[in-house]
Amino acid sequence: MAERIDISIEHRNVPEPLNDKPHPNTCPRCGSHYRDDELAENLHVCPHCNHHFAVRARQRIAQLADEGTFEEEAAELRSQDPLEFFDVRAYTERLVEAEQKTGQGDAMVIGGAAIERVPCEVAVMDFAFMGGSMGSVVGEKFCRACESAAERGVTLVSVTASGGARMQEGILSLMQLPKTVCAVEDLKDAGGAMISVMAHPTTAGVLASFASLGDVIVAEPGALLAFTGPRVVQQTTREKLPEDFGLAESNVRFGHVDAIVGRRDLRPYLGRVLRLFSKNGAHGA
Amino acid sequence: MAREAELHLRDRLSRLKSIGLLRGASISGELARLQRQLEKTSEPTDQEIWQHVELARHPDRPYTLDYVERIFDDFVELHGDRARAEDPAMITGLGRLHGRTVALLGQQKGRDTHDRIRRNYGMTYPEGYRKAMRVMEMAERHRFPIVSLVDTPGAYPGVAAEQHGQGGAIARSQALMSRLTVPIVACVIGEGGSGGAIAIALADRVLMQENAMYSVISPEGCAAILWRTGEERVKAAAALKPDAAHTLALGVIDAIVPEPEGGAHTNWDEAARLLGEALQSSMEDLSAIPGDELRRRRRARFRSLGVYASSTVSTELSTENATIPK
Repeated sequence: MAERIDISIEHRNVPEPLNDKPHPNTCPRCGSHYRDDELAENLHVCPHCNHHFAVRARQRIAQLADEGTFEEEAAELRSQDPLEFFDVRAYTERLVEAEQKTGQGDAMVIGGAAIERVPCEVAVMDFAFMGGSMGSVVGEKFCRACESAAERGVTLVSVTASGGARMQEGILSLMQLPKTVCAVEDLKDAGGAMISVMAHPTTAGVLASFASLGDVIVAEPGALLAFTGPRVVQQTTREKLPEDFGLAESNVRFGHVDAIVGRRDLRPYLGRVLRLFSKNGAHGA
Repeated sequence: MAREAELHLRDRLSRLKSIGLLRGASISGELARLQRQLEKTSEPTDQEIWQHVELARHPDRPYTLDYVERIFDDFVELHGDRARAEDPAMITGLGRLHGRTVALLGQQKGRDTHDRIRRNYGMTYPEGYRKAMRVMEMAERHRFPIVSLVDTPGAYPGVAAEQHGQGGAIARSQALMSRLTVPIVACVIGEGGSGGAIAIALADRVLMQENAMYSVISPEGCAAILWRTGEERVKAAAALKPDAAHTLALGVIDAIVPEPEGGAHTNWDEAARLLGEALQSSMEDLSAIPGDELRRRRRARFRSLGVYASSTVSTELSTENATIPK
């Protein structure tokens, strides 16, 4: 673990942890604490230890897209409660609370944009909305992003951060796996490409569907990319887990992703790949 | 109308709960009364849904190979993914269904302790999905229709499975199925466990046996996450509604395959006869459709699944909650 540092950073004002959870602006790896503007300036990457903090969907789009180019699509879609799902609380109640907490209609934001002046379509997940879980709305939005990319003849950039399928929509959530897979295949048949950026965490149903189907797949450093998370693997199999179990770094070693790209390099990296995939192959930069 | 009464009760219940959330007032008596009333009007009961789960997992229930020997002639099993390993949790092979060569895929759980361990309780490794994919590609080349029998608690959650690319294998198996131009009929014959099941179930016709279950997560897993105790698996099963009737109502499957009275485990021959008939009649329906059209319809079928709304106005509940002081 890197040592805590004491420059420009408000160590003395680190808030007391709430319910054992560190303050969202405190780095969970090295303990350095930042003001909101310091974090934003550093793209939510710890300048001391390179820990990548979670990024909300709209922050991510602001980091990647050229200013003023993002045009949101399908923002009006909202989840229903087809199963009338009721555990200790009603699903409808959880949805309302998630929308109020995040200001998002659901766990994905899609739309047209340009990255380094190359037009593209983006589909970005928001982990803050019910753990980025994929229900009918996420599935539908992702499919519309594929269709929009195909129509406009541009590449789709997908950024995932998700715990998997949303339990509260039961079997319909599972059906979002084949649904999104079919949408990617339609996009590819239309000559389109997809770049998949896996942020922390990309697991279960999202990893086992569209996220794994990118023509190019990159991961953020330290991101957990696993079909089953370490806790469940440990509990189910009693196996001793390697230290880097399921992390981006081990996924590169085993050949499941093309590269690990740090957040500060992501925009230029995507720009380069988008230019390579653009129709004339020689898009002016 | 029982249905309307239930909706009304659920509505009141969620409102009451949200009021409790707002003011911290005790209205538990009224809540409990409504909850009891709700349980009376709901159908089927939690216990009835749980029975389907138990039947789907019944240790005497016929497994893939039991059906194969009763339904297919001249069956030849094919082994290995041609890259790394043989996965006995996934059966693949060629056989004849009513005289026509078909390719078969299906999970196999194992009957006795030794066999169960060898077959990993029907939990497939990435190698199993890659074996299935190699057989699908062969089927496409030779225009063999595909029959897929789903029976797995889920894809195997182990270290090696992750290292060998479990998530990617499930994704790519689905992607391949969405590209094939031969008819595909899938049937959930026991447990349709999440990603491990859908990996071989992206089919033109998706069937489910009467007492099978099809679910995004096991009731135990769901209970552990939402109720924070695996003990609430009966409630979790009731909430997930993994039984065939609910799955059909949601449009996820196309038909329910009947089982003998008492369940498939009571009469394997009869269960196999009923399943064989269902597979054959689905194949007949599909055989006249040209390959490209088949693929287009298959993708459209899955594209249409999901329930959502378009809304720009916030609900009454959300305006109430908007006033919660921090």
